[in-house]
Amino acid sequence: MHAIRSKTLLSPNVTRFVVEAPRIAEIRKPGQFVIVRLGPGAERIPLTIADADPAAGTITLVIQAVGKSTHDLVDLDPGDAIRDIAGPLGRPTELLPAGHAVCVGGGVGTAVVFPIAQALAAAGVRVTSVIGGRSKEWVIFADELRGTGDVVVCTDDGSAGRKGFVTQALAELCEGGGIDEVYAVGPVPMMRACAELTRPYGIKTTVSLNSIMVDGTGMCGGCRVGIGDTSQYACVDGPEFDGHAVDFDLLIDRLTTYREFEQDALARRSQPGQCLEGDR
Amino acid sequence: MAQQPHLTTKQRMAIDRQPMPAQAAELRSINFEEVNLGFTEQLAILEAQRCLQCKKPKCVAGCPVSVDIPKFINLVAAGDLRGAAQSLLHDNALPCVTGRVCPQEIQCEQVCLRGRPMRGEPGTPVAIGHLERFVADWAAAHPDLVAPPKPEPTGRRVAIIGSGPGGLTAAGELARLGHDVTVFEAFHASGGVLLYGIPEFRLPKDIVQQEVDRLVRQGVTIEHNTIVGRTYTLPELRERFDAVFVAVGAGLPVFMNVPGENLKGVYAANEYLTRVNLMGAHRPDADTPVLRGRRVAVVGGGNVAMDAVRTAKRLGADEATIVYRRSRTELPARAEEVHHAEEEGVQFQFLTAPVEVVGDDHGWVAGLACVRMELGEPDDSGRRRPVAIPGSEFVVPADMVVVAIGTRANPLLTQTSPDLTINRWGYIEADADGRTSIPGVFAGGDIVRGAATVILAMGDGKRAATAIDAYLRGPG
Repeated sequence: MHAIRSKTLLSPNVTRFVVEAPRIAEIRKPGQFVIVRLGPGAERIPLTIADADPAAGTITLVIQAVGKSTHDLVDLDPGDAIRDIAGPLGRPTELLPAGHAVCVGGGVGTAVVFPIAQALAAAGVRVTSVIGGRSKEWVIFADELRGTGDVVVCTDDGSAGRKGFVTQALAELCEGGGIDEVYAVGPVPMMRACAELTRPYGIKTTVSLNSIMVDGTGMCGGCRVGIGDTSQYACVDGPEFDGHAVDFDLLIDRLTTYREFEQDALARRSQPGQCLEGDR
Repeated sequence: MAQQPHLTTKQRMAIDRQPMPAQAAELRSINFEEVNLGFTEQLAILEAQRCLQCKKPKCVAGCPVSVDIPKFINLVAAGDLRGAAQSLLHDNALPCVTGRVCPQEIQCEQVCLRGRPMRGEPGTPVAIGHLERFVADWAAAHPDLVAPPKPEPTGRRVAIIGSGPGGLTAAGELARLGHDVTVFEAFHASGGVLLYGIPEFRLPKDIVQQEVDRLVRQGVTIEHNTIVGRTYTLPELRERFDAVFVAVGAGLPVFMNVPGENLKGVYAANEYLTRVNLMGAHRPDADTPVLRGRRVAVVGGGNVAMDAVRTAKRLGADEATIVYRRSRTELPARAEEVHHAEEEGVQFQFLTAPVEVVGDDHGWVAGLACVRMELGEPDDSGRRRPVAIPGSEFVVPADMVVVAIGTRANPLLTQTSPDLTINRWGYIEADADGRTSIPGVFAGGDIVRGAATVILAMGDGKRAATAIDAYLRGPG
């Protein structure tokens, strides 16, 4: 059992938990994730480790409530515990050794890009973060990222930072030159747009893929993604890949596999007085 | 102790093999309850009396974990179920499991004297597997009567990586010898392939849990959610423990490498079975979904393929078809599974090899394009190599495809243990007793053999436990 130490609402649908997981806190590296399970009957949910405090024995998880399982998760409160946390999983980020990196974060992806920016800054790499959201209240991790370098905030409505998409700010940075690598994490269309944008400049672009997973250890093969001519497993070969080689169409399509189930589960969850069969 | 009535060989020979009571096929093909119902005590005693109590029993040598088969069967025949259970548990840490999933027809029962033709009549071996299951289930129902004596603690600590059949067997043996055993398991629950791979209708998960519970009562500790190669490395565990047994099982699923394999509706058998068996996707209260194909094609001919196709049937498939590139005689699956599948209405396309998964306009599976095969010259495995017949292409109608053609080694553990010698396929090099290139590190089961069976993994676990015990008590 992993006690929840604190809970913060970062944006209208994004929650931050600080959770006890001493071993994972001690050894996790940027880019890695955990699999969380709430109890009998619950799904295994992959979540990126946004931060860790080895001294306190805690990790930070940032959850966007979209489906039934993530809603169940964010309904927990400090004092509650998460039954299972397995990890750290996935390959750590391959960090640029020196130079200038741009970290692009969209929505909850900003929490995923944060530990990368943190590690790059700690290694002496110049970091510029470009983060975005629909409007002011959807922008997360801006203060944390300011500790790693310059931060450009973009909102669709201009209520914080500049008005427009993160890609526009990224385009200007690429045009300005001197960018050695781009790390982009966010909604799939955003990652694809970033990769397409950097391709003509030949700037290496790393993206983090959120394909559907069950075990997270390479066993099931469900998370396969198209990388160049190959099929690879996001859980053991990734989750980070060369954005210029990713088959984003395939990823977007495979992410819809369980859409009907998801909508159904969410609808049943919101029905008051719903009595599910025994908790087994 | 009850005495077995003295039966002459002639009297024993006169008893026919007792059939295993089973759920009717039309009923069971729509539920997940166990197919075989188990012997009654009366049936078991009668079946046990068929055993000729050979002076030099071949069945024991035919058993990968060397169960003293005539001994426990003799005790059953005498009605001494407690004695039979104690004898069986001494030899086999997971008898409820092996009694259900062992391929007895190519092991103990294949060499049983009763299986030999006599005077023109075909023989029928003693139903050793069914008797084992009966005794094991009796033991599970009477845990207090079969608890082994507490051993003297040795003070030595052994780490076991993986809680599948190999790991659990080694854990049981080592705990019985007084060692302090900790099992590390990647999943949130114990059992490995017994849990995520083999379906409920063949091996109920409560039974697996009972076996695990017995080991825990014997003092075995199980740490879940621990992925060796990620949470800890093998060298780290070697530092903390006096010996390590690596039994992480087979790893990554293999796909066919044909176009269309990433369409929605194509599953590796591992994923399909894990969603149902481990995550309970067939139950209405489970959050993990699974697709319910109406026409399901399962590629492969092994036990995993049979498990997948029979699961598809239970999840409502109108057509559930095995697509296998060789003929019926080469099917590697256990005979009983093939028989049960046929009874349940599973169809077979033999001498058929997929060439492409056909998709619709929305990225979903719409069929499995195949080619007919014929058997040519024998290949390296001694089996006749299937060869495609030109111009024989046809499409198996399907809205779901499950690929059950094997696995390759999972690299997580070996990548983080540079001193561990692996072969060119990524499997760990180990001798017959499981010794690896690192002193004190032993390995067995599928991570050494490639994909094999539950009982072979258990045999490896048992032999490695003996070797680990010798290593720990060592000369110096």
